[in-house]
Amino acid sequence: MSWSNLDAQRREDSQFQTRLWWSLWFIIIVFVGLVCRLVYLQVWQHQHYVTASDDNRQQLQALAPTRGLIYDTHGSLLAGNRASHSLTLVPEQLSGGRRSIDKVLAELGQILTLDDSDIKRFKRRLNQPRRPYSPVALRFQLSQAEIAQITVNQHRFSGVRIVPELVRYYPLDDGFVHALGYVGRINDRELKNLDATNYSATHHVGKLGIERYYETELHGTVGYQTVETNARGRVLEVLDRLEPLPGRDITLFLDAQLQQDAAQLLEGKRGAIVAIDPKTGGILAMASAPSYGANQFVTGISNANYDALRTSNDLPLFNRALRGRYPPASTVKPVIALAGIDSGIISRKFSLWDPGYYQLTEGGRFYRDWKEGGHGRVNMHKSIVESVDTFYYAIADVMGNTPMTKYLSQFGLGQVTIADQPEATKAVLPTKKWKRANRNASWFPGDSLNLGIGQGFLSATPTQLATMAMVLANKGQWHQVRMIKAIDGQAVKKVSEIGHKDPQQPDNIELKRDSDWNKVHAALIDVMHGKYGTGRRSGADSSYKMAGKTGTAQVLGIKQDSTYDAEKLAERFRDHGLYIGWAPAKDPVIVVAVIIENRGGGSSAAAPLARKLFDSYILGTKIEPESEPEATAIVEVDLEAEAEVENTQGAINDG
Amino acid sequence: MADFQRLAPELRSHLKRKPGLWVKLKLDPWLLVLLLVIMSFGLVVLYSGSGSSEIAVQKQMVRYGLALMAMLFVAQINMRHVQRWIPLVYIFGIILLVAVLSFGVGAKGAQRWLEIPGLPRFQPSEIMKLVVPLTVSWYLANQLRPPRLIHVIVSMVLVLLPVLLIAKQPDLGTSVIIGTSGVFVIFFAGLLWRYLIAAVILGAAGLPLIWSGMREYQKQRVVTFLDPESDPLGAGWNIIQSKIAIGSGGINGKGWLQGTQSHLDFLPETKTDFIVAVLAEEFGLLGVCLLLTLYFLVLVRGLIIAGAAMLPFDRMLSASLTLTFFVYVMVNVGMVSGLLPVVGVPLPLVSYGGTSAVTLMVSLGVLMSINARRRLPT
Repeated sequence: MSWSNLDAQRREDSQFQTRLWWSLWFIIIVFVGLVCRLVYLQVWQHQHYVTASDDNRQQLQALAPTRGLIYDTHGSLLAGNRASHSLTLVPEQLSGGRRSIDKVLAELGQILTLDDSDIKRFKRRLNQPRRPYSPVALRFQLSQAEIAQITVNQHRFSGVRIVPELVRYYPLDDGFVHALGYVGRINDRELKNLDATNYSATHHVGKLGIERYYETELHGTVGYQTVETNARGRVLEVLDRLEPLPGRDITLFLDAQLQQDAAQLLEGKRGAIVAIDPKTGGILAMASAPSYGANQFVTGISNANYDALRTSNDLPLFNRALRGRYPPASTVKPVIALAGIDSGIISRKFSLWDPGYYQLTEGGRFYRDWKEGGHGRVNMHKSIVESVDTFYYAIADVMGNTPMTKYLSQFGLGQVTIADQPEATKAVLPTKKWKRANRNASWFPGDSLNLGIGQGFLSATPTQLATMAMVLANKGQWHQVRMIKAIDGQAVKKVSEIGHKDPQQPDNIELKRDSDWNKVHAALIDVMHGKYGTGRRSGADSSYKMAGKTGTAQVLGIKQDSTYDAEKLAERFRDHGLYIGWAPAKDPVIVVAVIIENRGGGSSAAAPLARKLFDSYILGTKIEPESEPEATAIVEVDLEAEAEVENTQGAINDG
Repeated sequence: MADFQRLAPELRSHLKRKPGLWVKLKLDPWLLVLLLVIMSFGLVVLYSGSGSSEIAVQKQMVRYGLALMAMLFVAQINMRHVQRWIPLVYIFGIILLVAVLSFGVGAKGAQRWLEIPGLPRFQPSEIMKLVVPLTVSWYLANQLRPPRLIHVIVSMVLVLLPVLLIAKQPDLGTSVIIGTSGVFVIFFAGLLWRYLIAAVILGAAGLPLIWSGMREYQKQRVVTFLDPESDPLGAGWNIIQSKIAIGSGGINGKGWLQGTQSHLDFLPETKTDFIVAVLAEEFGLLGVCLLLTLYFLVLVRGLIIAGAAMLPFDRMLSASLTLTFFVYVMVNVGMVSGLLPVVGVPLPLVSYGGTSAVTLMVSLGVLMSINARRRLPT
């Protein structure tokens, strides 16, 4: 070891020792600092903290923000807030402490009605983790008489308080719940996922629909106040207060009048109507029948009422507009025709002789047209106007799966394109891959024929059909389909503008020859106004032109759901009527999809309703309640399992 | 300036011929007695903080027993025999941390635990509390000291890699502890003051840049983190209540089991991170000062051991481990008394919980091992 190394060694040693001293001094300084802090808290501020701890008179109370309002497109209130009084207990402040709760409950039971379920729910809330001195709710929606009773007896109960709060209220209620959703009391599961701080004073949360999707925007931000109270919990003085930030107000495209009309038209039936503004993609109406009142869910629905809704054969809780999966039947024919022409598989002048049936092979199975004897020579125009099945059997046979599913998907089938309705389902667009995965079978020519007339494995929701009609009416132009029009008065074109995720949306459709749109439009106008059009009765005597397509889905087999009586069984084999269309034909302002279950074909069951809706929206014609026999028929969609309708192969399909 | 070695009484004691029982056991009686006193005091406070739960106290005693055994075991290990395994252990530790991020389990949004079939579930970050100072000491012991810039940078990478992985879990408390333990080693390796000052200036200059790059909600989180009382319903609640507990304790305290704040459930986490508030409420300023004095004696003893060590590796490691112990105390007491932001760091050897007790006792076992072998150049 050289001298310089030794020297370096010595220098390192002494430096290390120095740094140990530095550390010791640092430790001493920090410890002295900590002790100073403790002296400050425990000696200097001792009295202040003794007061704070001893009588606990200072309390921090969370203040609930006011929930944002929901308006229709013209500014009518769809969801507001109203005052409601609830009865709460602060267990720590009861005269006998926590142990006297049962005694207090018994005494309270003498002056107002408390049933077992109230007490059961109260006990459950009591046992949830909570801050000391925070109130626990016992009863909601106190009546004026009950409030008076409690106030008179207030001196007997310390720690028992009447708390006013604002709760959701739907002024128009019936007929709107499937469009708006509703709020309800926060349950245990939701409690775990919510921001505990921001919801510390909130009792309700959006459960469904718009209320659920825009929960963040509608809720607002919690405030708080420090209050000084007396021993009974009465507030003597507010020491410090931070106002809560109210939720944001949302304006929807929904037209309250049109929505009520749609609900009116569906009265006594099972089905759905969806209307879209083709210029914006905004939902003008979204009705599903039967429906139910949302207000009862806000304040807590009774078990009996809920069971009645849940077990009803007509499935009122089921949102058919968003979740009902129906065979679209003939309403897909315009798209299939476009697919055939645009992909070059058939020429624009293509026509065939329709004998009333189609066969895949000579002497094979008959795929029948709805009209016995056939339609004679049929070209594309006539095939749409008269809804000729044979024409579509023939071109579907040539096309096979791929061009058809590709074009149908460009029109939004098989995917969720509505942005702000979380319950929407994508239904089924049967690609070859889908069939392999779900049916474990390859794609057969017969499957193509069924797909060509919108039957077989294909299914779509009313919202998807309205979207498809919107893209047809717009000649391929897409808009984000959404409920929201504006938030706090600021227009919203896409939900991503306010921090939500946009749904995947197909690109605008560019046809090889733009005039093909006009050809299809012309045919769709003739459906409503032509001499042989399937919707001519609904299009007659109108002051404006409309375009549309009827469809009839025949339900030949249903996955068993054996709770129905035998005599009603026959009814659920009746056809579903469908209609898509828009008006005015040349410059559309409204697009609709109508589906009526088990009431016969589209031209008689669905198209007339669409006509009334057009008249109401364009001309302002009032819709009269119609007197019809009570609907008793059955739905093919099961709420829980969403059991699929099994349409037997080769379903017959008329206009 | 005086020399730590001269202060060390052991220097004279080595003149004795016969090795005593302590030497045979490789234990340091001073440290051991101090630790046992702190643990006993801790159990008394824990009984109150757990709401008079005998089960909690018994469980904690079992953990202390395990921790003591771990310490005894580690004290028998000669650090020079394990040195060559250190890089392997470090790499293994990093792999475990990555594994935690990809398929670890945890609660409350943090993913900290690893479940390997056949083993009890554990937190790899706890292992790194020892592995990181070991690794940096090993690396710098093999370089010239004072370390050159490149060595400092390599050391910083060795420290930051696990720190970032742990911060991502997220476990801010542990990553602070590990980060400082690594930096202490670099400091004791003789890091030039100019690097230290440059690092501080760079850090200070970088803060506004980071701040301006953050989104609004991130800024809000930082504000709440630094000033919890701006969020009195959330993070602020704990601090407000623990200050009330400490302040109302006064000089003499409200008496054992008499703390209203802790017994009426105002105070959160009374067994774990906020146990010092229970101590302050029930035993007053005097009680806290007693505990701080005990900690101070442990730290002085640790520094004496570091000062007496001859080899660079031993010195850096023992000094760093001692100061890490200090950081536990500083961060925990500072947090509970409202001086520092809330990060989850337990009060050493007092807070309820087995993992941190074992980790701490193992690092103290390392100190004892270094102390027992400082004169044996094997």
